[in-house]
Amino acid sequence: MKSAVLVFPGINRERDMARTLRLVSGVQPAMVWHAETELPAGTDLVVVPGGFSYGDYLRCGAIAARAPIMDAVRAFAEKGGLVLGVCNGFQILCESGLLPGVLMRNARLKFVCRDVHLRVERSDTPFTRGYNAGQVIRVPVAHGEGNWIADAETIRRVEDGGQVIFRYCAPDGELGETSNINGTTNGIAGIVNARGNVAGMMPHPENHVESIIGCTDGRGLFAGLAAQFGKAA
Amino acid sequence: MKARVTVTLKSGILDPQGKAIEGALKSLGVSGVASVRQGKVFDIEIEDGNKAKAEAALKAAAEKLLANTVIENYRIELL
Repeated sequence: MKSAVLVFPGINRERDMARTLRLVSGVQPAMVWHAETELPAGTDLVVVPGGFSYGDYLRCGAIAARAPIMDAVRAFAEKGGLVLGVCNGFQILCESGLLPGVLMRNARLKFVCRDVHLRVERSDTPFTRGYNAGQVIRVPVAHGEGNWIADAETIRRVEDGGQVIFRYCAPDGELGETSNINGTTNGIAGIVNARGNVAGMMPHPENHVESIIGCTDGRGLFAGLAAQFGKAA
Repeated sequence: MKARVTVTLKSGILDPQGKAIEGALKSLGVSGVASVRQGKVFDIEIEDGNKAKAEAALKAAAEKLLANTVIENYRIELL
């Protein structure tokens, strides 16, 4: 799997992401600077990592979403290429129009930095094929603006179209207000676009891939992606 | 030419920052405040003196970057 990790000024999770991609897929990803206008030839997966691009000025992800490289990412996604955005990357994909909705300030106004549980809603996407539907995984979050919202029509389309891939839940998989850490609509932690080739999520699966950390629940996401391309090759 | 673009949250969109400010005003003893919504103001200097062109540029700026029209409204004023 040839992956490309986008690098914007103010991003700080790109090396965690690159390390995970290399560990799980065996291939070192290309680091692609925001001012580039093309992705490396033969890219299978584009990853927009987390951090604080442009210091969250204006709105989270708003300025990064208009960077020159994003036109190349849009063209790549239009051809069916896989794009994954994590944390600030999710915010950037929403701001760029590649994913619906927007991420607002956490309802309780606090920056939340801890492990959370996610219920995997579907296992039939390239991003979740490494899991079973209904499986609960534990991964960290670290964000102040992860409260996903959209207009009623868009929410209906996203829910009815099965575009929700992860929801915040209790350790036993139960959904509810106590496990909804940021007030997000219907506990939504991650979504895909209607075509299923662009995914965004607030939590950081890339930080739970090695047993030395104490949890490897994030590994399935990357192993699934690697398997997707292993099979195609 | 000077212009001002004001960006505000659409009604119905939860504004936790506005709520926090509202709470702080109440705890300061500022009476008569029913509610607070927070927004943004952009003061923009336009190069050209042409009003129609300036309005078109400001609309493009607001639509493309200054406001996220999923959650925000904007208002353009030429000053």
